[in-house]
Parts: sequence; structure tokens; C-alpha cells
Amino acid sequence: MLRTFPKGGIHPPENKLTSSKPIKRLPPPNVVYVPISQHIGIPAEIVVDRKDKVEVGQVIAKSGGFVSSNIHAPVAGTVTKLDMIIDTRGYKQQCIVIRTDQKNESNFQDADLPLIAEISLEPEEILRRISDFGIVGLGGATFPSHVKLNIKKDRKLDCLIINGVECEPYLTADHRLMLEKGEEIMVGIRILMHALHVERAIIGIENNKRDAIENFKKLAAGDPGIQIAALKVKYPQGGEKQLVRALLKREVPKNGLPLDVGVVVHNVGTIFAIYQAVQHNRPLMERVVTVTGKKLGDPSNFWVKIGTPISELIEAVGGIPEDTRKIVSGGPMMGKALKSMDVPVTKGTSGILVISEDEASRGTPKNCIRCGECVDVCPMGLEPHLLMNLSEKGMYEKAAQEDIMTCIECGSCSYVCPSHRPLLDYIRFGKTIAKQLESNKG
Amino acid sequence: MSDQPIIVSASPHVHSDRTSKKLMYDVVIALVPAFLVSLYVFGFNALIVTTAAVISCLLFEYLIQKYLMKTEVTIGDGSALITGILLAFNLPAGIPVWMVVVGSLVAIGVAKLSFGGIGYNIFNPALVGRVFLLVSFPVQMTLWPTAVENNTSIVDAVTGATTLGLIKEGVQFGETISSLSASIPSAQEMFLGITSGSLGEMSALALILGGVFLIARKVISWHIPVTVLASIAVMTGVFWWIDPEHYANPLIHVLSGGAILGAFYMATDLVTSPVTKKGMVIFALGIGVITVVIRLFGSYPEGISFAILIMNAFVPLINSYFKPRRFGSRIKAKIM
Repeated sequence: MLRTFPKGGIHPPENKLTSSKPIKRLPPPNVVYVPISQHIGIPAEIVVDRKDKVEVGQVIAKSGGFVSSNIHAPVAGTVTKLDMIIDTRGYKQQCIVIRTDQKNESNFQDADLPLIAEISLEPEEILRRISDFGIVGLGGATFPSHVKLNIKKDRKLDCLIINGVECEPYLTADHRLMLEKGEEIMVGIRILMHALHVERAIIGIENNKRDAIENFKKLAAGDPGIQIAALKVKYPQGGEKQLVRALLKREVPKNGLPLDVGVVVHNVGTIFAIYQAVQHNRPLMERVVTVTGKKLGDPSNFWVKIGTPISELIEAVGGIPEDTRKIVSGGPMMGKALKSMDVPVTKGTSGILVISEDEASRGTPKNCIRCGECVDVCPMGLEPHLLMNLSEKGMYEKAAQEDIMTCIECGSCSYVCPSHRPLLDYIRFGKTIAKQLESNKG
Repeated sequence: MSDQPIIVSASPHVHSDRTSKKLMYDVVIALVPAFLVSLYVFGFNALIVTTAAVISCLLFEYLIQKYLMKTEVTIGDGSALITGILLAFNLPAGIPVWMVVVGSLVAIGVAKLSFGGIGYNIFNPALVGRVFLLVSFPVQMTLWPTAVENNTSIVDAVTGATTLGLIKEGVQFGETISSLSASIPSAQEMFLGITSGSLGEMSALALILGGVFLIARKVISWHIPVTVLASIAVMTGVFWWIDPEHYANPLIHVLSGGAILGAFYMATDLVTSPVTKKGMVIFALGIGVITVVIRLFGSYPEGISFAILIMNAFVPLINSYFKPRRFGSRIKAKIM
């Protein structure tokens, strides 16, 4: 029996077009645009100025507080501008524009570093490197990793969970990474187990990635502390709370964190970044991005330097198809639709999805027929139809009583609604207002 | 890229291919076997009554939406079509056409559109139409043509009581179930549909076939039909066990009357039934119990229409009491 979370969830067509395509490395772009807020928390503070020469991996924006992160130069070159841009989330923010020095050899050095398996550092030093080298959650949430790993002594922690679920349709970045960098990820897991003093780690992978499961089973053969768990394919299993429930049958309390049930969850991409930071002193400057879409010439997985414009990635897969109507940063379920392609890849960009005419249009919303589908699929046990109704009518306090704030915005309700009702749109709106009301009160 | 602007909408960016229209037409497909049985049993009359109900339901919806409410016309969504078919299924095959038209007006105009149209109605429209006709024209509404061998004959002349009617009347006049047994159709006859009753409630087999199709297509879940039928069976079973001479056995109760039609097609109406599975079970239990109470102790031989309508009224209450369990509500969150 494959493990999974018991309540709710959906299984949209997987469309993993790129799962058998090795990760390719693109030549460094001529110009990179590095935003200062690529993580949840306080934006980083710019520490370079126009005309400054920067080296690969140099800190160009310094962490602005505890819940913040350093940002490093992804290429060697010259800072040409400190500009404002629209980021993948649609917000305007500052960014550092660097012109790549195409003559600088460090821009072309092979980043496939030799494996260093031996862990020689003390936990404090490990955590320091994770913090210094700008590691954030690469699964999409971009929460600074050092904050997640800074665990008070009195908290009980007995299990590290590695999220290799990648439940979003289309995306294969984590899948490829698990196949190609399995050994490094294993070392990364051991580093974290050492740093957190835990004896047990579980890698959760959905069963549509059999090869990755086999790969890890082989690699973890001599290590009783690291288990590999095959999971039933079900969205949103990559959600922290769903994954913890699926693997350990522990339910993270409402408004709580996995740590409340003795668990810390990290994405496989983050683990690889941690490996590189700790073993190779290498900051987070690039990540794997799946560039995909049914009409694209050659959908692919790429190692992409942070700050690379999305237009260049789309160029690399054969250009934008004629009937493109939507460009999404992330997967089809939770990704953000972009207004233009002049947006740079950031630490949280797991994929670029190009959607054509026939898939992009939403159906016209009809009356709710109270079929209860949305209630059935909600993994948080909410009643989306009710929450939408309350938001629509402006009854935000009642919506808060009905636990609107616990919605994880997975979109399963909107996905299944046979009347094409924009459930999640209204729930998001209701959440925003309910939050404001709450903070006004407090 | 094309000249058309790109769309910037919020996630999710994909959608399942299920639509309410498809759900509705699945219900229509599920009703086909039962309709074929009615055609076989009642011949031309079944066709006339069903056609009259469907056309008048669609027409009233069109006219009222277009000229009275001045809103979008929704006759294409399949719901008025289902109301028409189900109303016809709940009428005797020999009923005058003008009554069918009146019933359709009540179903669509009063029960559905006056509440705001699809999704907003509290009561099952077809049942409101039927019950309106039953209390307004009690004679015509209980004139049951019996099954005839020749399916082209005009059946108005041959009328008989329904199984439940026979039992109710017989027991009231001091007869026992065993003395009535000669005139009660066998379980096999009721299962196949060689009996008398409303147009669409003839064959348990055909109705269950469609019901299983709906469950397999996930249009309805098993919770309501199974609970309704099981509660009818258990409750009538208890009475039958106490006094088999005055109470018919559970098999007769489940197979006769509108039990199966009601359980699979009327009680499961998405709009007028609860949204959670827990709520569905409570709702269905209520239907089963009220049906049996009316059948055994009420003045009508059959009570499932009333039972469903009564429980329809409780749906908002059930929805607010039987909520899904919230994720993470088992334990209180520790504050960091």
C-alpha cells in the first residue's frame, strides 16, 4: 500500500513532459536582473553600487534581519544599474542589474563539483553556512532555511522529512535533480541530520517517479536512518502538512508548524543547495528550472543562473508558440501567471509553464449546484463553497470562524468545480481581509 | 505570440473537464433504462406524459427567465430536462396532459425559479410539482393503469391499485398480509417492473442500473441511496418481525412504490441534499424513517415524496451541523 494523506486531494493529468530530459546548462546570460527580495521576510539590503565589479558568489545584497537572506552575484561582471522591476509574483521591487563579463573564466567553470561525502563541520558551522550562503526553501515557499533550522533546545524533534513529492503537474526539476544528484542529496540529508541531531530521515517521493525511488533506495541501502517512502500520486501531497500526515500519520495542528509534531521538512532542491553551501562553500546562485508546455518545441530542464530573464529560457526551448495565452511561473496549480517575459528567475522559480489558447481560458462561472465536490477534495477539511459565499457577501469574520485562514491555496476546489466557480479567488480575497481585520483588532 | 493579450489570472491554471452540464446529462442517461421499461409497460401513454412534462418544463423555464425574470436563459444546462423527466416518472401514466403542464409550471415556476433558479431552490422541483398535483387532483393522481401485455393499447380503462395501496387498504379493512398475498405482485415482478404504479417507478432493476451508473461516474455517492433503502428495510423489517400479518415484509417495501426511484434520483438531487457524506447519511436516514412512518401509519400509502421534501427543508441545518473535520483540529497548536 502506498502512503498518502487521507482527506481530499485530486489527481490532475500529470503532463510531466520533461521527466526523461537531463538537466542542461545554458551559457550565462549577457545581463542578469537580481531582485533583493527572493525570499519570505525582510528584503536584503544592497551592498554594491553602480559600476562595481562583482565576482561569482560575492554578496551583493545582505540579509536584512533574522528572517531574511543574503543574495549573491550569480555571474562575474559589472553592476550597471540598480533598478525597479516586476518580479514573478507581480510585485515591484528593487533589483541589481549585472552585465556579465563574458571574458571572465569563472562564468564558465563547470559547476558539477566532485562529491565530498565526509562531514567534518560542527552543527553551528553548518547552520552558519546555510545562513551565509543564502539558502532558502526551493520548493516554492522560499522561507529562509536557517530560520527553519534554528530550533530551540526545548523543542522535541525526531524526524527530518525530505520533500521529493513534486506533485504539481508538468514540473520535473526535483525529479531530475533526484536522479542526477542523488549522492549529493544523500550527503545533504546526513549534514542536516548531524546539524539537527536527529536519527531519522524520510524521503517522500510520489510513485510516478519510480526511477528516483529506486535510485535513493540503492543509495540509502547501508543507512538504516534514512528511509525512502513511495507515495500515492495525489495533489497537494507536496504541501508540508499533507506530507507529514502521509508519511508519519501526524497531524500538524491548525495554525501550527511541522515542528509542533517533531518534524522539519525540506525540499530536495534545498537539500542539494545545502550540500553545496556546506561542502563546497558555494552560495545559492542557480537552480533547476523546468521550462515546459505542450506547444513548446523542446521542453527542457535547465540549470539557470538566478536573475536570468524568463524570455531567454523560452528562447532556449524554441521560442514562444503562436497561440500562447498564459505564461506561468511555477506549476499549473499554484504558479503565478506572468504579465510579460521580462521577468527574472529567482530562488523560488521551479518552472516556467507556457499555456496555449485552448487550455488557458476559464469557463464561465455558473451557479453553485451544491454538489459538494469542493468539500470532498479540500485537503484541509474546509468548505470552499461556503467560504466563497461568505467572502462574496463580505462576511469575513464568519469566514474566519469557518477557518478560512487555514486554506493552503492549493486550488483543488477551483480545479474540480463543475460550475467553474472561482472559489480560490474569493477565498484568497477573504483571507486578505480577514487577516487585516484580525491585525486591526490585535 | 498572437496579438491577443496574455491572460494574467490567479491559480489554478488548469481545470478538470467535468462540468455541471455533463453531470446533468449523465443523470438523463441513467434514466433511459427506466424510461424504456415504462414505454414497454405503458406504451404510448408513457411517451406522451414524459414528452409533455419535458417540453413544458423547458418552455416554462425559457418563458419565465426570458420575459418575467429577464435573466440568462439556462434551459440548455440539463436541469429543467431532468425535472421534466422526473416529474413524469412520478405521475400515473394515464394522467391528463393538462395536469402534467400544471405540475411542470409548479415545479419550474414555483419550486425552482421563484427561489432564484438552479442552485438556489430548497425543495426538489419535480417532487413539489408531483405533490402539488397529488393534493390538488387526488383522484387522477391515484388512478394507476396496470401493466398490460400489449404495449400499444390505451390503458386508461384498465386501472388497479399499487402494491402499497393494496396493502394499506386491505389491512385497514381487516385483512392480513397472507390473505392479500394473492393480489400482491411477486418480488420478481416488482424487480422487473410488471406491476402498477407511477410511470417511472416500475422496474427496480432498470432504476438500480442507472443508479449504479451514476455512482460509477461519481455524479452521486452511494451514501444517500444505500442509507434510504437500508433504513426503510430495517424499520419495516422490525414491524414485520413483530407482526407479519399486518406489516408487509421489507422486500416488498423496498421494491414497491417510489423507494428506489426516490432513493437514487430524487433524494440525491445535488442542490437539495447535504454536501458532506456525514450530512448525507443523516438526511437519508430521515427520509427512510419518515417514509416508513407515512407508509405504515399515515393516510397515504406512499410517503417518500413527502419524506424527501421534509428532509430537503432540513438540509441547511444539516449542512451547518455536519461539517467536515478541519485538518489539524485534533490537537491545540502550541505557540512558539
